[in-house]
Amino acid sequence: MFDLKGYGPELLDGAVVTVELAFLSLALSLFLGLLGASSKLSGNRIAYGIATFYTTVIRGVPDLVMMLLFYYGGQVMVNSLSDFLYDHYQIDFFFQFDPFISGVVTIGLIFGAYMAETFRGAFLAVDTGQIEAARAYGFTRWHTFRRIMVPQMLRHALPGLGNNWQVLLKSTALVSIIGLTDMVRVAEEAAKAERMPFHFFVPVASVYLLLTAGSELFIKWLNKRANVGVAQGAQNA
Amino acid sequence: MADQAPLICRDITKTFDQLEVLKGVSLETRKGDVVSLIGSSGSGKSTFLRCINLLETPTSGDIIVHGDPIRFTNNRKGERIPADNKQVEQIRSKLSMVFQSFNLWSHMTVLENIIEAPVHALKVPKKEAIERAEAYLQKVGIYERKDYYPAQMSGGQQQRAAIARALAMEPEVMLFDEPTSALDPELVGEVLRVMQSLAEEGRTMIVVTHEMAFARDVSSQVLFLHQGVIEEQGTPEKVFDHPDSERMKQFLAPNF
Repeated sequence: MFDLKGYGPELLDGAVVTVELAFLSLALSLFLGLLGASSKLSGNRIAYGIATFYTTVIRGVPDLVMMLLFYYGGQVMVNSLSDFLYDHYQIDFFFQFDPFISGVVTIGLIFGAYMAETFRGAFLAVDTGQIEAARAYGFTRWHTFRRIMVPQMLRHALPGLGNNWQVLLKSTALVSIIGLTDMVRVAEEAAKAERMPFHFFVPVASVYLLLTAGSELFIKWLNKRANVGVAQGAQNA
Repeated sequence: MADQAPLICRDITKTFDQLEVLKGVSLETRKGDVVSLIGSSGSGKSTFLRCINLLETPTSGDIIVHGDPIRFTNNRKGERIPADNKQVEQIRSKLSMVFQSFNLWSHMTVLENIIEAPVHALKVPKKEAIERAEAYLQKVGIYERKDYYPAQMSGGQQQRAAIARALAMEPEVMLFDEPTSALDPELVGEVLRVMQSLAEEGRTMIVVTHEMAFARDVSSQVLFLHQGVIEEQGTPEKVFDHPDSERMKQFLAPNF
């Protein structure tokens, strides 16, 4: 059998961290994505400007640089702010950047920008007649958004979302750089100590593969559900 | 006062950029009126219909739904916009529209399509909305398709479902925007028959149509629009048999 030299439980804990990190970042990125897409499509110039600035900056800077900037640079900023507040106003304010929170926030921010573009395209793909019918029947804007636009948009967004999710899942490996003990970090330490890189990285690779393959099946299923009115029609036709 | 007019439009104009599509169109309906709007493409008849429920905001003119005038204001750019979105939503729920391309919500079954607006816009209890929806589905003859998705049905069936959706609002006025123009010729009849039965029940309807036989046989008032103005107006007998306007005579020539 595959002997993990006693690193098994630690690797397993690391895998749990990876999954938690991925899901929390996903939640944040979906929220930011919807917000970003809605802002871009709102017709409000200020909201559009902010959202465009956000997606342009985030998508133009490498993920790794963002992560380092946010974790180390962010801490320096908090430190100076804390000094400033204390010196001038005697306000005692400080917090330490936690690598897990930093990881979730950075990955969430990065993928929020990609999600925003995916959602924006999907909203634009919704047939205008569907929205017009909602308006003509006295729906409020919020009701139209929630009951008509979002469900119809999802059908167009799902393939892109699935893609983003897979890249996001793999990007979580970057947080080992800022000292979070995810499974990559554990494997790296074990591999160095035991001088057996293959031995420790192959299981890690397999876990990622398992997660991505599993998600692919899940997304396929979701896709089928989202296409229910359309796909069944096509089958009958 | 006797029955209040369900809908009055006064001097509606609509300009898109530089193009003046409507140049002052007025219409007054009584309860049970069936008004046919006819005219060639680009005459402004669909735009006029879309101004009535504010899918387009008229550049000037008044719309009064059951005694309630729609209030307008100007935005910062000086464009005319409805003053009160709540009022617009409320008025729209009294004027249900049937579209040329049906516009049934594709992610909902027929039944879900029909109860959505009554439940959410009119706050009808769901159970009652379902009973009402089923009754209207019987009426338009597609009750057995209530759990189908729109894409699983023929165009004629979809349009009948859309009519049931409009009926479920129990509207003051039903607006039909070329309801048979997107249908295969053999499916037009089933939709027109449903519309005729609605007219016979005394429902107030405004119908933009190219179906001259329908306009002639079913309507109580016919409006012929040409280049954004009403060229000819009156009973079907008057408009079809004794038109004053040269344009109306030309328009009818290929039909008879």
